[in-house]
Amino acid sequence: MSEDSAEFGNVSIALTGSGGAGVITAGAMLLDAAARAGCYGMFVRSSGPQIRGGEAAALIRLSMQPVEAQDDVFHLLVGLDWHNIERFAVELPLAANSLVIADPANGPPPEVIIETGARIVEVPLKDMAKAVPNGRPNMVALGLIAGLTGLPEETLQAALAKVLEGKGEKALQASLAAALAGLATSAGLEFDRRLPAATGHEKSRWQISGNQAAGLGAIRGGVRFVAAYPITPATEILEWLAAGLAKVGGALVQAEDELASINMIIGASYGGTPALTATSGPGLALMTESIGLAVASEVPIVVIDVMRGGPSTGIPTKSEQSDLNIALFGLHGDAPHIVVAPASIGDCVFTANWAVHLAESLQVPALVLSDQFLGQSRAIIDQPADLAFATQRLTVETVGDGYRRYALAAGGVSPMAIPGTPGGQYTAEGLEHTPRGMPSSQVTDHVAQLDKRRDKILGFDYGDHWAQITEDVDSDLAIITWGSTAGPVREALNRLRAGGRTFRLIVPRLLAPASPQRMAAALRGVKRALVIEQSHSAQFFHYLRGYFDLPCPADSYHRPGPLPFRPGELVEQIANWSAA
Amino acid sequence: MNTQTVSASAARAYKSDVKPVWCPGCGDFTVLSAITKAFAELGLPPEQVAVVSGIGCSSRIPAYLNTYGFHGVHGRATALATGLKLARPDLTVVVASGDGDGFSIGGNHFLHACRRNVDLTYIVMDNRVYGMTKGQPSPTTEPDWDNALTPGGTGLRAFNPLVIALASGANFIARGFSGDPVGTARLIVEAIETPGFSFVEVLSPCVTFRPDQRDWRNAVRPAPVQPTGDIGAAARRLMTDDGFNLGVLYVGSRTPYQTHRTAAPVSPSEIEQQFAV
Ligand SMILES: Cc1ncc(C[n+]2csc(CCOP(=O)(O)OP(=O)(O)O)c2C)c(N)n1
Ligand code: SF4
Repeated sequence: MSEDSAEFGNVSIALTGSGGAGVITAGAMLLDAAARAGCYGMFVRSSGPQIRGGEAAALIRLSMQPVEAQDDVFHLLVGLDWHNIERFAVELPLAANSLVIADPANGPPPEVIIETGARIVEVPLKDMAKAVPNGRPNMVALGLIAGLTGLPEETLQAALAKVLEGKGEKALQASLAAALAGLATSAGLEFDRRLPAATGHEKSRWQISGNQAAGLGAIRGGVRFVAAYPITPATEILEWLAAGLAKVGGALVQAEDELASINMIIGASYGGTPALTATSGPGLALMTESIGLAVASEVPIVVIDVMRGGPSTGIPTKSEQSDLNIALFGLHGDAPHIVVAPASIGDCVFTANWAVHLAESLQVPALVLSDQFLGQSRAIIDQPADLAFATQRLTVETVGDGYRRYALAAGGVSPMAIPGTPGGQYTAEGLEHTPRGMPSSQVTDHVAQLDKRRDKILGFDYGDHWAQITEDVDSDLAIITWGSTAGPVREALNRLRAGGRTFRLIVPRLLAPASPQRMAAALRGVKRALVIEQSHSAQFFHYLRGYFDLPCPADSYHRPGPLPFRPGELVEQIANWSAA
Repeated sequence: MNTQTVSASAARAYKSDVKPVWCPGCGDFTVLSAITKAFAELGLPPEQVAVVSGIGCSSRIPAYLNTYGFHGVHGRATALATGLKLARPDLTVVVASGDGDGFSIGGNHFLHACRRNVDLTYIVMDNRVYGMTKGQPSPTTEPDWDNALTPGGTGLRAFNPLVIALASGANFIARGFSGDPVGTARLIVEAIETPGFSFVEVLSPCVTFRPDQRDWRNAVRPAPVQPTGDIGAAARRLMTDDGFNLGVLYVGSRTPYQTHRTAAPVSPSEIEQQFAV
């Protein structure tokens, strides 16, 4: 399939079980223990269609290098039971040298597992758990996995203590005893993917999900008011912000729907408080009319869209990059606004922070396109830098007679009077208007205000933040991708580099306004480019072709969700493309 | 000071110099006057007031006032005003709508604004028609009102906004008539003074598309009863009311909704410690 990265110390584990078996809890503990052991890692949870109690899988990848993608295969699969495993089989690729731990109490493993040719070893997880008072099989499995992957016992103990804090000493001891039983059993099993002992690291690390990271970025950027309506997979941003805002002196309101939430944040921001909402595709669709209002009335707001499979209700729990078109083009009229996308879980902090900065500085709506993969995966990452933007809204303190809210100022950004400012009274207006804000259907006013709203966005200095340009800048072959797809692409390029093939990688964060000149500069010397994205209709590719005037021939590799991109798939695609 | 004695010039100071687009004789002119009278009686500094509206003839009001204003999109004024008031509790926030804006496209927000009970005053200029789009039926239109879009009438029972407001949790419910600007100003003063969500329906004839509404001046009467805080009595009163009783019809004692803001905020760098390995 692809070059392996075993030499880095790198192992992928799947733990499956039916609802209530506790695979997600065990997965979270495993990631925590790995973090304490000095590893990087990523934890993806996958669950069936049931709201609660359905089958679930904890998909964990641990490595001595930063992890941004799921690997091509799982090296270790532990089945607490095989309930509905067929539904997950396609998400759980196994190879002949994978190890499958099966509990004989569940009968023989199902055909989908056997036919992979993976090595199957029986371990009586349930019986081992029964031997421990109040012991549970998921804890036995956790100990077994920790042992097989080489995580030190004390990290396991610390992870258990943290998660079970408050559950009482008895619960902790029972879990610990079960985990230690699993750990002891691991010693007798053959497994060649043990992680090397960590040698200590300089940078401090965080354990965080993309949704939490986006929430943190928003707070860093100064957001103090959030209104929102729950929707998968954005809800965790809101739940994290509800608690986070309460601590920093802000507040979150649950609105009756997305039509309300978007208008509530426009109201709050008009009142002077930086404001945000988070949603997913269906919610974004409902918000578009009012995002246009924020464009016309020049009220800064931030909208985070954690994309999922679409259209319609689509696939709520799986990732896709298919809301690009609605984010770019979903507003009626000529409505310039900002669209940005984070390029990794850690980058969600920066990009959300930057989005607030851009919205406030330019008095526009800024849309942030995250997705389910970034949002709901939890990773161990180097602590993201805190780039303090001087987020400032241009306001007026004292106003003489004749304040003109929509004055045609140089650069297009006109000072905003915040309610309470004497003499600054004006009506924020969604109708086309005069510089004073009075409704107008005159051609001169329409053109002047359209120009104003366009120029302020086009004239802004986005600096180097507009894109991440990495890998080999001297190569004359370029890969262009965006958002969560950048993670697996980076890993694919690392593997190709090990084989002596190098590529330039361009990951734009700034999607709108389109930046053809910046892109042309980034592509200088490039003979061909390949555009990679998770969309059935190649939305990003067509956008680049239509609006970026690419200076070189470009090809597209695109496909929809729900399956994630794995590095091996991309290695193959990129290699074939570059050889053509 | 009471409404009668507020000087005309004090009220006029709340008007902007923008000439309304309304048809001559439209009820909304006197609603505008009633609002300025009420602000003058309350002595509100214009910069401390924000008037938020949706879309419709009636929703044009903010531009005609010398306060802060927001002329938003159709149907969402109560939501926008909710965000503003929660973020800026120091402001006096008044919302203005028509019956289409407030009860049709904005119907869900109306329910939830009543239920949420944020300290807002919601003035709906009810003319039982869509004025701005030139004469279509609204949720409060009589079922047999003939028009081009639904010839012969909608056949649908009219919506009773006051009953809905009561059932949904509004804390203050009143009805005024544009032909009585002094009485309407009085209602608006009380609505603003009463904490929580105050709903004031103002019968405001559309002389262009509903010339029959000129007769409203003969139909309206002061409600023959005193304001009540008894929700059961109010329900009976509103359910049996013919739509022409004017005055304060219900005053509750619900505590307004506010977002709690900590007095001792910490810095973002403190909360991010939770992510440290
Ligand atoms: C989303 C949307 N749909 C439709 C319209 C068209 N529209 C403008 S005003 C209006 C109805 C206004 O009626 P009402 O709220 O009763 O106010 P009035 O004009 O009678 O004062 C409609 C349907 C619009 N502006 N926006
Ligand atoms: S159409 Fe009716 S509601 Fe609109 S301004 Fe004219 S009279 Fe008033």
